[in-house]
Amino acid sequence: MRQGLAKTLEFADAQLLRRAPLPRSYSDFLGRKLFLFLLTVQGLGAFSLITSGVILRKFRVARNVMRPLIRHEIARAGFGLLPMFMFVAVALGFLVIGETVSTLARFGAINYIGTVMVVVVVRELGPLLAAFLVLARVGTANVIELGTARATGEVEALETLGIDPVHYLIVPRVIGMAAGVFSLTVYLIIGALVSGYLCAFLQDVPITPGDYFKQLVESLGWLDFALLALKTIAFGFFIAIVTCYHGLAQPLRLSDVSRVAVRAVTQGIVVCVVIDALFIFLYLVA
Amino acid sequence: MSENPKTAVIEMSGAEVCSMRETSLAMIEDVNWTVAAGEFWVVAGQQQSGKSDLMMMTAGLMPPAKGSCKIFGIETQSFSESELADRLRVGFVFENGQLFNHLTIMENVALPLQYHKDLTIGAAAEKTLALLELMELKPLADVTPANVGLSWLKRAALARALMLQPDLLLLDNPLNGLGARHVKWWLHFLDQLWRGHEWSGGKPMTIVATAEDLRPWKNDARRFALLRDKKFSLLGSWGEVASQDDTIVMELMEASLDTTTYRKE
Repeated sequence: MRQGLAKTLEFADAQLLRRAPLPRSYSDFLGRKLFLFLLTVQGLGAFSLITSGVILRKFRVARNVMRPLIRHEIARAGFGLLPMFMFVAVALGFLVIGETVSTLARFGAINYIGTVMVVVVVRELGPLLAAFLVLARVGTANVIELGTARATGEVEALETLGIDPVHYLIVPRVIGMAAGVFSLTVYLIIGALVSGYLCAFLQDVPITPGDYFKQLVESLGWLDFALLALKTIAFGFFIAIVTCYHGLAQPLRLSDVSRVAVRAVTQGIVVCVVIDALFIFLYLVA
Repeated sequence: MSENPKTAVIEMSGAEVCSMRETSLAMIEDVNWTVAAGEFWVVAGQQQSGKSDLMMMTAGLMPPAKGSCKIFGIETQSFSESELADRLRVGFVFENGQLFNHLTIMENVALPLQYHKDLTIGAAAEKTLALLELMELKPLADVTPANVGLSWLKRAALARALMLQPDLLLLDNPLNGLGARHVKWWLHFLDQLWRGHEWSGGKPMTIVATAEDLRPWKNDARRFALLRDKKFSLLGSWGEVASQDDTIVMELMEASLDTTTYRKE
């Protein structure tokens, strides 16, 4: 199992590139960065395919062991973050409405509050903010846990027991984070929309709850719901892939774990932004 | 599942063992070794001689850089999902136990049974507790590994390796860091396993252990091998080991340490 994984994710080249002496010229520097980038993309792509394959192939394997693990990860990446998300949701609603109401009032466009909330909160800020918060709170923990498990030989121990480390360690995290980002985004959006109206109410904006709700409903289409679900699941899936890849897929020493955690968070942010850009393109096309 | 006493359990020919951490670094070259069913081998070597790497390669955790390594007649390079049943015939005990820190001792020991038989911890409890009782680990069942001493961690690792009743048991430096009482227990228990313990249904187990100190392993029924200078040498029985005039062998079986002289390597 591990040999297959190791063959697919051959990191010797990446390690050599990282350890190579400083480049002599700017073009060498760019070339090295480009190779590293391509190797990372290849590694992440291979790892996500392997993980997806394991999810599908071993869906029914050891369910009595996997179910509690998945429940634990959903609680950790979802329910456990709810208080923080409620706080952020209220802050986001106040922030967006507080900043936009005065501007909209200046142009006599107060009837667009609902539309602004949908475009800003439902399509963009809500999912992206949820993804970043889950990455920061759970993604870093993932890298450290898996990196430590790798460095202390727990992964090898799993292999000697005939347990696929991707199935036991990665699959619950991927499912948990995908479910977590999706559900937390829904809560974040609901909280932000409600607190947005409260902010408008406190600023004496002449809009009734009924009108506000009507504006929201009119601004939302079926595509918003479909793409929101797809986007948040993609965020959760790829955050888990990036963090697990860095924690598990390469041999680590304990001293490497903190460095790898920083790299994983940086790449996680980049991946989220790229996914977000792809979905903006989808919105525009659709 | 039972092996014919003449059947080769482990077969290596021209195998080159790499470091698990640094795969470009060769630790042992040209290993030619056959372990027959029911044999008890002790592979001796000093620190950094590649004992752990040899054990890990034997367990199929990494392929040989050159040559071939077969367990139960199957190349370890091709150990895949379809050969899972054969893989589960191998039990492995790491030098430091390598238990899972987020699980209790009982959950650690039960994990292979739960995973491969798809059981809840409750359903696996009876068999697990029986094994913990056998290992004198029952009082530590609900404790996490971080709160357990090395001697007991190693026993828990042995229990985990025995949970699925393997035919071949690989032990990486099992006596290292143990007190006299624990060493005695281990040697007695391993001897019972090798002869056929009731836990394994009275079936003799093939055992391969590594060691830095040969003294506790003195027994005419065991077979010995030595790792030194990247070479794997077969030493034979204890009598043959005792007759060696190799400095490393003598050092590994010195009855008492002479601190008045120091031999530079």
